[in-house]
Amino acid sequence: MAKRVLVIEDEPNITEAISFILSRDGWTVHTHSDGETANDRIKATPPDLIILDVMLPGKSGFDILRDLRSEEGISDLPVLMLTARGQARDRELAEKLGVTQFMTKPFSNAEVLESVRALARE
Amino acid sequence: MPQRQLTGTRIRERRIDLGLRQADLASQAGISASYLNLIEHNRRRIGGKILHDLARALSVDASTLSEGTEKVVLDQLRSAALEQTEIEVELDRTEEFAGRTPGWAALVLAQARRIEWLEDRVQALTDRLAHDPQLAASLHDVITAVTSIRSTSSILVGDEEIDRDWQNRFHRNIYEDSQRLADSSRSLVQYLDAPSEDGGALLSPNEEIEAEIEKNPDLLFALVTGKRPDIPQLRSSAAQTLMDGIFERFASDIEKLPHGAFERIAREQNYEPEQIALHFGTQIDVVLRRLALLRVEDGHPATALAICDRSGVLTFLRNGAAFGLSRTGFPCPLWPLYQSLSQPMRPLRRKVMFQGNETQELLCYAVAVPTSPPSFDAPQLMEGVMLIMPQKVSLQRSQSKVGPGCRVCQRSGCIARREPSILSEIEELNQTF
Repeated sequence: MAKRVLVIEDEPNITEAISFILSRDGWTVHTHSDGETANDRIKATPPDLIILDVMLPGKSGFDILRDLRSEEGISDLPVLMLTARGQARDRELAEKLGVTQFMTKPFSNAEVLESVRALARE
Repeated sequence: MPQRQLTGTRIRERRIDLGLRQADLASQAGISASYLNLIEHNRRRIGGKILHDLARALSVDASTLSEGTEKVVLDQLRSAALEQTEIEVELDRTEEFAGRTPGWAALVLAQARRIEWLEDRVQALTDRLAHDPQLAASLHDVITAVTSIRSTSSILVGDEEIDRDWQNRFHRNIYEDSQRLADSSRSLVQYLDAPSEDGGALLSPNEEIEAEIEKNPDLLFALVTGKRPDIPQLRSSAAQTLMDGIFERFASDIEKLPHGAFERIAREQNYEPEQIALHFGTQIDVVLRRLALLRVEDGHPATALAICDRSGVLTFLRNGAAFGLSRTGFPCPLWPLYQSLSQPMRPLRRKVMFQGNETQELLCYAVAVPTSPPSFDAPQLMEGVMLIMPQKVSLQRSQSKVGPGCRVCQRSGCIARREPSILSEIEELNQTF
């Protein structure tokens, strides 16, 4: 059975591109664009891996990650965080909150694919 | 020492020009001839009352005798020299340099101030890059569009075959994102583009307004004619909003105190705000702002106006730099403006002397007034208003001193000191010469 990845990103064209390359690689891709309801979505159908944007409407990626890490049963889900904000303090905050990997935009498709494969193996 | 030599020499030269004997001048100044002799031969440092008395006896302004050698100028020159650590400057000859080549000294100071101004602008830009939400949003838009285009185009140029529907979809996405990237880039360039050679792009909204008013001093005065002047197009919408607020406020003040009557009463009451306020039955802060609108060319005294909020941040400043009050760095907390914040509604009248300039006193009127309605549930907001009127130094010396800000203020034992002065270093150097 194909592994499931949940892409939480509010930019539809980026979501579409990521979904395409992951689907082509054999992943079952689900998408979600709203920060406010993201944790409910994760809880309802926990994926094998999450790709999480930082700047989302309703709730930031940092807050979503913080809530996820305190949620019993799914707190250890691997999270690849994507952000246009590559400042050191953002990276530090993400690491403090328990991000599995932090990647700054603009990324290459190969980087994303490689990271997702690596996280799935862990 | 050169400073004493120059001042003493000027006194001696002036006395000889007037054909006065040393004993006559000494008598008029209320000092002994032998003491005057020491002064003229630069063996006694003078200032304050004696300088004032000698100047009066010689029928010149005290500043004429000490012109170019004021301590503050010398300190600023030394400060400028110390900023350039890689150049060895003859600090022991600063006074001689300032006295003998005042034009060059003024140029050095002007350039030092320009450097300081530019450094402030760089800092402002750095802060803007780090904290400006509009800029952050613009950059985010650019990066998002670039990310999408990069990712999508990589799929299209890859080796793997893509069906036609997906190809069309990705082409459309790239087209949309390229449009978005063009718009974001354009707005980013407009945002960062400097509109003028004065570096306006780097000014805060308050600075932008004040620079505009300084450039066009009659802008505010035009309000007294009862017409709303043409407000210049300012670069930032924030500055435009603030400018509108300033015009509204001054227009409201003029409505309360119409120009013709106000000008007449101000003269009659010798520009004493309390008396003017009593005459018109209005608040002192209104009078202070109105006095600041009177023009020197109409025979009124020069003034400066400073307004701050409860945190002490200057929200409006006009002509302040002429008297040592500036936005640059952190102002001296000893200005009556800041003292008024701790005594709301109590008007303060203080004569202060700017550190290093002993030829001019500054008569300051300040009052803090509430700017929000009283409430049990919300903090009371206040605003401090201060009017500065320069005066010739009086015989009775003021005890209050204010400085240019701790970093370049040499006043020792100051209770308000926030940080050590770099001039302490200069003083130590001086003692070695």
